Amino acid sequence: MTEFISPTLSYSLLSPILVVFAGAIIGVLIEAFASKSIRPIAQVSVSIGTLVLALVQVWRIRNSSSTTAAMGSVIIDGPGLLLQGTILVISIIAIFLIADTENFAAAAAAIPGSPEERESIARGQQVTEVFPLTLFAVAGMLIFPVSSDLITLFVALEVLSLPLYLMAGLSRRRRLLSQESALKYFLLGAFSSAFFLFGAAYLYGYSGSISFAGIREAVVGGTGNDVFLLIGMAFLSIGLLFKVGAVPFHAWSPDVYQGAPTPVTAFMAAATKVAAFGAMLRIYYTVFANAEWSWRPLLTAIAIISMVFGSLVAIAQRDVKRMLAYSSIAHAGFLLTGVIALNKAGLDASIYYLFAYGIATVGAFAVVTLVRDSAGEVTDLNRWAGLGKRSPWVATSFATFLLAFAGIPLTSGFIGKFSIFSAAYESGATAVVIAGVLSSAIAAFFYIRVIVLMFFSDPLEDATSVLIPSILTRITVLFSAVVTIFLGVFPSPLLDFISNIAIFIR
Amino acid sequence: MNYLTLIMAIPLLGAALIATLPQSKSLLAKQFALGTTLVAAIATIFMTTKFERSNTALQFVESYDWIKAFGIKYAVGVDGIALVLILMTALLTPIVVLAGWNESEGGRWSTKTFYILILVLQTMSFGVFAATDVFLFYVFFEAMLVPVYFLIGGYGSGERTAAAVKFLLYSLFGGLLMLASIIALYVLSGEQGGHTFDIGALSQLEMSSTTQNLLFLGFFIAFAIKAPLFPFHTWLPDAAKSATPGTSVLLLGVLDKVGTFGMIRYCLALFPDATKTFTPVIITLAVISILYGAFLAIGAKDIKRLIAYTSISHFGFITLGIFAMTTQAQSGATLYMFNHGFSTAALFLVAGWMISRRGSSTIADFGGLQRVTPVMAWSFFIAGMSSLALPGLSSFVSEFLVLVGTFTRYPVAAVLATFGIVLAALYILIPVQRALHGPTEPGNENLNDLNLREKIAIAPIIAVIVLLGFYPAPALNIINPAAAQVVSQMGFTDPAPTHGGK
Repeated sequence: MTEFISPTLSYSLLSPILVVFAGAIIGVLIEAFASKSIRPIAQVSVSIGTLVLALVQVWRIRNSSSTTAAMGSVIIDGPGLLLQGTILVISIIAIFLIADTENFAAAAAAIPGSPEERESIARGQQVTEVFPLTLFAVAGMLIFPVSSDLITLFVALEVLSLPLYLMAGLSRRRRLLSQESALKYFLLGAFSSAFFLFGAAYLYGYSGSISFAGIREAVVGGTGNDVFLLIGMAFLSIGLLFKVGAVPFHAWSPDVYQGAPTPVTAFMAAATKVAAFGAMLRIYYTVFANAEWSWRPLLTAIAIISMVFGSLVAIAQRDVKRMLAYSSIAHAGFLLTGVIALNKAGLDASIYYLFAYGIATVGAFAVVTLVRDSAGEVTDLNRWAGLGKRSPWVATSFATFLLAFAGIPLTSGFIGKFSIFSAAYESGATAVVIAGVLSSAIAAFFYIRVIVLMFFSDPLEDATSVLIPSILTRITVLFSAVVTIFLGVFPSPLLDFISNIAIFIR
Repeated sequence: MNYLTLIMAIPLLGAALIATLPQSKSLLAKQFALGTTLVAAIATIFMTTKFERSNTALQFVESYDWIKAFGIKYAVGVDGIALVLILMTALLTPIVVLAGWNESEGGRWSTKTFYILILVLQTMSFGVFAATDVFLFYVFFEAMLVPVYFLIGGYGSGERTAAAVKFLLYSLFGGLLMLASIIALYVLSGEQGGHTFDIGALSQLEMSSTTQNLLFLGFFIAFAIKAPLFPFHTWLPDAAKSATPGTSVLLLGVLDKVGTFGMIRYCLALFPDATKTFTPVIITLAVISILYGAFLAIGAKDIKRLIAYTSISHFGFITLGIFAMTTQAQSGATLYMFNHGFSTAALFLVAGWMISRRGSSTIADFGGLQRVTPVMAWSFFIAGMSSLALPGLSSFVSEFLVLVGTFTRYPVAAVLATFGIVLAALYILIPVQRALHGPTEPGNENLNDLNLREKIAIAPIIAVIVLLGFYPAPALNIINPAAAQVVSQMGFTDPAPTHGGK
C-alpha cells in the first residue's frame, strides 16, 4: 500500500495565484451575502485590491525560481513571472473598464426582450458576478504559463476559459448577438479542449509521463514511438493555437470579439493571448525544443497564413470590433514568429511584444467603449467619421494605439516588431520575416483608413457622441497611451529587465 | 558643443511652447513659429561656420546609448553633404512659415496644430540628415511621415485626403522594405562581432553578393520612392497638388532629398559592390526620369502638378550624378539637391500666391500677369529660369557639373540627359509665356501684387539663387571634400579627360 505523502507547497512562490483565488472567493461571498446597494463598490474594490496585491507579490518574488513550488506541477521562473506580471497589469486596467457596468446586462439569466429583463432594468440591477468571474479567469491565466505538467496545464486552461465563456454573454445591448457569441465560443472552446486532451493523452502514451520534464527527456532521448509524439504535439498545438486565435483556428474570434461586452473583449483579447503564448513559449522552448524539425515548419506556415489572412480580411471590415479581431489574428501570426525563433532573443522579444500589445489592445477597446449613441456603443466604422473633430483626445489616443499596431516608429509596437522579426531572422526564419514585413504593409492600410476616417472625414448627420469617460476608463486610456509611447521612445529599461530575468528553468 | 542636438531641440521646444498657447491666439502661434525657425536658422548658420571644410571625417559627432539591448545609439554627425542639406532645411523653413502666413486657415484644425506639425517635421528633417545610426535614421525616416501626412490631409486642398493616404502608403511600403534590410544588417552585424547600427561598422560587414544585392534593393526602393525616381513617382504629383504651397516646398525641397541623400549615405556606403551591379539599371531609370518628367511637365495643365513633374526630372539629374561615380558628378548632385530646394521653393511659393489670388491653379486661367503684378511675375520668371538652369543662376552650376561628371564615364546617358535641358526650356517657357505674358485674362485685372511680407519671404531665395549662380564656391568648398571621399571610398578614380592636354 502506498503511503500518503502530504504535499509541500511553497506558499510564498504561489502567492500571486493564491491571492487571486482568495479574491475571487471573497467576490463570490460578497455576491451571496452583501446587500445589493454596496455590492458594486465592494466588488470593484476587492477586485482591484486583489490584483494589485498579486502584482506586488509577483514583484517581490521576481528573482526567484523553483521547480518544486507545488510538487513539480508548477515552475516558477523568470519568463513565468514576467508573464504573470503582464497578465496582472492588463487585468487591472481591464477591470477599470469592467467597472463601468453600463456595458453589462442587468440580469444575465433573463431572456432577451422578456418582461423579466425589462423589470430588472427598471429596478436598476447590475451584474456584479462579472468581477469574481474575471478573477477566476485571471487565476487560470496565472497558472497557465507556469504549469509544468499536462494536467495542471489543462486545469488552468479550463479555469481561464469557463468564466470567459460566461462573460462573453453578458452584454447589455444586442443581447442575442452576445449570447450567440458566448455559445459559439463555448462550443468551439470545448472542441479545442478535447483536442488538447487528446494530444495530452498521446504525449503520455509516448513518454509515459505527464510532466514536462518527463516528456522532454523522452524527446531528447528519442526512445518513444515518434508517431505518438507527432500526433500528441499536433493536437496539443491545436488546443493552444485555438486560444491565441491563429489561422485556421481563428473562426470564433471575430464573432466573439464583436458580441462580447467591449470591456470583456478587451480583457480577453489581451490577457488570454499573454497566457496562451506564455504556455506555448514554455512548451516549445523547453519540452519540444529538440523536436524542432517536426513543428517549426508547420508553425512557420501557420504564422505566415495568420499574418497575411488577418491583415487582408481586416481591410474588408466595417465594424471596429471585428477589425480589431482580425488585426489580433495578424498579431497572433507576428507573435508566433517569436515562438519559431527558438532563441533567447525570441523569448525576450515575445514577452516584450505581449506586454506592449496587451496594453495597446486594452487601450483601444477602452476607446471603443466610449464612442456611443443613444442605443449604446457605436461600432460601425462609418459612424466614427469626424471623431477627431468632436473629441480630439479620444481620437488621438485611438490613433496612437493603431499606429502601435501598425508598428510605426516611436510607438511600442515598432520596437516589438523589430525585436521579434530580428530574433526570427537570426534563427534563419527568413520567409516568416519577409511575410511579416509585407503583411505589416497591408495592415498599415486599414489602420490608416480608420485614422483618415476619424480625422479627415466630416461627421455624419446622426452624430455619435463620445461619452464623458468615467475616471477609471480615463485612467485606462491615458495609462495605455502613455505606456505605448514611452515604450516606443525608451524601451531600454523594460528590455533590459526582461532579458535579465527571462530564462527558462527546466 | 552639441550643435546638432541643439538645432534639433530648438524646433521641438518651439512646438512645445506653441502647444501651451490658447487656441484663439493664432497670430501669436505664427509669430512663435517664425521666431523659432529663425533661431534654428541662425544656430545652423553658426554651426556651418564652425565646420572644418577640409576634414572629411564626420563632424559634430555625438553618441549615446539609446536601446542598449539592440546596440542602438543616438548617434549624430555630419559630413559636408549632410551639412548643406541641414543648412537648406534650416533656411527654407522660416521662409515657408513667412511665405505661407495664412496657409493654415483653410485647414481642418487650428493654426496652432499646423505650426506644431511644421516644427516637429523640421526636427525630424534635421535628425534624418544627421543620424549616423541606421536605426535612428529609420525612426526619423518613418516618423516624419506622420506630420507630413497630417499637413497634407488636414490643411491641403482638393483631394487632400486621398493624396495624403497615397503618400503615406507608398512611403510606408518602401520603409518596410528598408526595415527588412535593416533587420538583416542587424543580424549580420551580430554574427560578425556584436550588434550595432553604426554606419561605419556596418560598411565593414562581409556579405555574399546575393545578400548584398537584396539588401541594397530594400534600401534603394525605399529611397527611390522617396526621391521619387521613375517608376515610383506616381504619388508625388497628387501630393504636391493637394498640399499647401509651404508643405509642398518642404515635401519636395526637404523630404524628397532624404531619398537622394539616403542613396549616397546608405546605398553607396553600405553596399559598394551591389551599387556597381545595379548602376547601369539606375542610370537608365534616372535618364528616363529626366526625360519622362520633362515630357509630363510640358503637358501639365495645372501649375502645381507642373512643378512636381519638373522635380521628377530634376531628381533624375541628381540620381544620375550620384551613380556616375565621379567627383564632379557627386559634388554636382549634392549642390543640385541644395539648389533644387531653393528654386522649387521659389516656384511653389510664387505659384501659391498666384493661385490664392486667382482662385485657380490652371495655367490657362492666368495671363498677362506681368502688367498687373510685375513683382510677382518677375519672381516667378527668375524661379523658372533657375529651374531650367540658366547660366548665371545657381542650378546651372550643379546641372553642368552633373553632366560633365557623367559624360566622362557614361557619355550616352549624359548626352540623353542633355535633352532634358532643352525640354526644361519648353516646360518653363510655356507657362511663363501663358501666365505672365500675352493679353490679360478676364478676371486677372485687379490682382494685387506681392505685399511686403511676401517680398521679404521671396527675397532671400532669389538672393541665394543669384549669388550661388555667380559664385558657387562657398557651397562647393563644403561639398567637394565629402563628395570626393564618397567616390574614393567606392574605389573609383576620376577618369582622365580623353582629349585633354594635346
